[in-house]
Amino acid sequence: MEDNTLNEATVETAIELGLRPEEFDKIKEILGRTPNFTEVSIYSVMWSEHCSYKNSITWLKKLPKEGPHMLAEAGEENAGLVDIGDGLACAFKIESHNHPSALEPFQGAATGVGGINRDIFTMGARPIAQLNSLRFGSIDSDRTKWLLKGVVKGIGSYGNAFGIPVVGGEVFFDECYNTNPLVNAMSAGIMKADKMISATSYGLGNPVYIVGSATGKDGIHGAAFASKDITEESANDLPAVQVGDPFQEKLLLEASLELAETDAIIGMQDMGAAGITCSTSEMSGKEGFGMRIDLDKVPTRQEGMKPFEILLSESQERMLVVVKKGREAEVEAIFDKWDLNCEQIGEVTEGGQLEYYMGGQLVAHVPAESLVLGGGAPVYEREYKEPAYFAENQKFKIESIEEPKDLKEVAYFLINHPNIASKKWVIEQYDTMVGTINMSANKPTDAGIVNIKGLNKALAFTVDCNARYVNANPEEGCAIAVAEAARNIVCSGGEPSAITNCLNFGNPYNPEVYWQFVGAIKGMKKSCEKFQTPVTGGNVSFYNQSMQNGVDVPVFPTPTIGMMGIVTDKKFITSLAFQNEGDLIYMIGGAQNDISSSEYLYAYHKVKQSPSPYFNLDEEHALQNQVKTLIQAGMLNSAHDVSDGGLFITLLEAGMPNGFGFSVETDSDYRKDAYLFGESQSRVVVSINPDNQDEFVEHMVASGLEYTFLGTVEGKEMLIDGESFGTVADAKHQFETALENRLNS
Amino acid sequence: MKFGVITFPGSNCDADMIYVLESLFNQKVERLWHKDTDLKGVDFVILPGGFSYGDYLRSGAIANYSPIMTEVVKHAEKGGYVMGICNGFQILCESKLLPGTLLHNNNQKFICKNIHLKADNNASIVNAHIDTKQALKIPIAHGEGRYFASEETIAELNANNQIIFRYCDENGDITEESNPNGSLENIAGVCNAGKNVFGMMPHPERAADAELGNVDGALIFESILGLIKA
Repeated sequence: MEDNTLNEATVETAIELGLRPEEFDKIKEILGRTPNFTEVSIYSVMWSEHCSYKNSITWLKKLPKEGPHMLAEAGEENAGLVDIGDGLACAFKIESHNHPSALEPFQGAATGVGGINRDIFTMGARPIAQLNSLRFGSIDSDRTKWLLKGVVKGIGSYGNAFGIPVVGGEVFFDECYNTNPLVNAMSAGIMKADKMISATSYGLGNPVYIVGSATGKDGIHGAAFASKDITEESANDLPAVQVGDPFQEKLLLEASLELAETDAIIGMQDMGAAGITCSTSEMSGKEGFGMRIDLDKVPTRQEGMKPFEILLSESQERMLVVVKKGREAEVEAIFDKWDLNCEQIGEVTEGGQLEYYMGGQLVAHVPAESLVLGGGAPVYEREYKEPAYFAENQKFKIESIEEPKDLKEVAYFLINHPNIASKKWVIEQYDTMVGTINMSANKPTDAGIVNIKGLNKALAFTVDCNARYVNANPEEGCAIAVAEAARNIVCSGGEPSAITNCLNFGNPYNPEVYWQFVGAIKGMKKSCEKFQTPVTGGNVSFYNQSMQNGVDVPVFPTPTIGMMGIVTDKKFITSLAFQNEGDLIYMIGGAQNDISSSEYLYAYHKVKQSPSPYFNLDEEHALQNQVKTLIQAGMLNSAHDVSDGGLFITLLEAGMPNGFGFSVETDSDYRKDAYLFGESQSRVVVSINPDNQDEFVEHMVASGLEYTFLGTVEGKEMLIDGESFGTVADAKHQFETALENRLNS
Repeated sequence: MKFGVITFPGSNCDADMIYVLESLFNQKVERLWHKDTDLKGVDFVILPGGFSYGDYLRSGAIANYSPIMTEVVKHAEKGGYVMGICNGFQILCESKLLPGTLLHNNNQKFICKNIHLKADNNASIVNAHIDTKQALKIPIAHGEGRYFASEETIAELNANNQIIFRYCDENGDITEESNPNGSLENIAGVCNAGKNVFGMMPHPERAADAELGNVDGALIFESILGLIKA
């Protein structure tokens, strides 16, 4: 079949490539003839979920995308662009590389880092910060250990060489990810706001260049592969996994940024999913121009590549550049300086047609617009249905759980739990300090703070999603994910600006999975509107599911939220760590008799079904405003939000960095286990100078928010209601070594 | 003193070094390119950290063949100052301007974290003004930083005060636990016999800006610039 790529394709071939029969009919209608194999291949990748968002776009459109600071809105460019003042803009985006990482964790994760960075620097922005959000199956399984080690090594080896600091991330284990790990990589960059390079193409006769690495047979049909379930046959898809070269990427970065300083180009786009096909069609589709591309001119790694292989190759570290006619020499000189390939492969034509030639023969001829989102790509409305488990979750009552006698034992269970324990083993394999801009490396903060040298301004970044909450209640859980991200930024001294999202779900054709998707979008929408954080873009990854005992089991719905914020004055930057012996500890936000969906309930009591934790969006918003006010008034010596593991873990995390103990009292109106380990939302632990107590209380009374005096920063021990929970030093040792010990056991 | 910072393809700490020298210490810095064939009259050449040429072969192995390295070697032979940080140190060992070699960390992983080191002596300009009892907190970030040399070489380095820094704990004690990568004798940095070529794995330029909350590394620059009055 593949030897006759110019012959008419059959519907069977189309189905084999992942298209649906009605989609094959639609292609015939668009072209007015039967497509050949090469053309069907083009449509199969461009109309895959990965490129077309065909099953998600209807709902994604409901998300807020306008904001006062938006320069480029979702879908307009390779990444969203936010005005951060002083003539600067921040481009940032998160993307998944789940399916490749499941098969080849090292390369899968490495190329995920490469791809997301190209999205950023293609726009002319210099990457300044990296984050990642990782999810794996049960930590005791050998496969999980292999995946975790490979993914971390892959992210490290690519990112460390590329040379951008990792400033935040999360690692979470649950058996629902046993077959399908999630690898979400985020990058952010800054640029002069007026120097943005667009992903566009126009102007008859303007030359089209391919720059960067040569094209090989790797990653063919990768986008289509990412839109399938992982099965036993997935090993056959190994050629769909790409191989990364961070050295080429670093050269491409420097060359691209030199290019951005000239005005010699019309547009540029990186080649990620679906390679030359995707970049030529997306750049052309917008302006109604076309391209004539000569595939013989594409530098290739091996002889005898077929047209569809060149068109669909996902070889990494490549870009498509449309140059202004007459400025070719300038552009070629820049790539020559960096010893990179820079080959003219075609030119811009009028009429919106993409014509690909090889050996003098027209091998594929398709209208650009018919391939892309917002153009001819199909859009589907999927059915959705509330799954039975949801009603079941609501029946949970805290009374059904007997309060353990020994809460100290619970505390150490949580300290040693891989979801709570320090991720030091992971983080130390990433370069967190290159660039000399990570302000959190020596001063831990809830969100990663990135310095803008020379200005009294910094940026804050965080990735958050507690998928257990989203599974329990997609709408509330996703609203919480956005709220937690905003809370992290506010606690660090920043103001939330905008989000990017990475939506990891199961099969959209399963109405119960789609119900989770719809719920998550609704929750994200209401939370983003509340915090005025528009969605700048992101990525959808469906089909994260696998057959278990004959049933298709999806991962927890995992809408990872990547948020950026602005710190308008560096003196607002607030550490999560206690600073002085004798400081007073308060909790802002009310306690609840709530242990729902907590790690405590889920892992210690092994109760898997409960609602999402207590959350009220208005209270959350008021809490964040209050924390912001207190920080800006210079009242807080530390601020740390209460999240996974509850109040106890929050106190411990605040004590560890500077080796401070604490003495606190609980409240007999609440169950002590709920008070210490419950994960009800909208709470922040702060410490203040005792001299400021009156002023602090005045602020709190004026706000009308609930707040509680917990105790003081003192000594080296953790004292709760006078009972010692051990020393901070000992707890820290366990907290920092638990993950490594589990991985080596 | 006029500094020159070399950018090899794959260098990623060049801009950090230039920022520290220019913006924090008001020094004149020439940006040198690996294809350059002269050093533009600089007094002190710095080879920054990074992954020159991707370091796919052996760290620093290919950079050693860059056109500019011919000039660096000549400069060093004339007694000019040359300093390599991290990947720069690896390149200087490959070029034999410094003795010894840097092997994979003993845990076989890349490690990025704050460590402590202390000046072993005050015999060269990079440590001349640093109290040998003081533990400095400075980050490392490398996969191949385990210093290794023959027994005779190590003995010579000790005898000639060519070990400039050793890893230690926060109290300044040289212990096995405080050795992050398995380097022989906790060696974090060495110099040549002429005491004009230096190499160290830790990154002092990452601990020089007060905005990042740690300025222990600034002491090394101050020592070089003779800013500390002995």
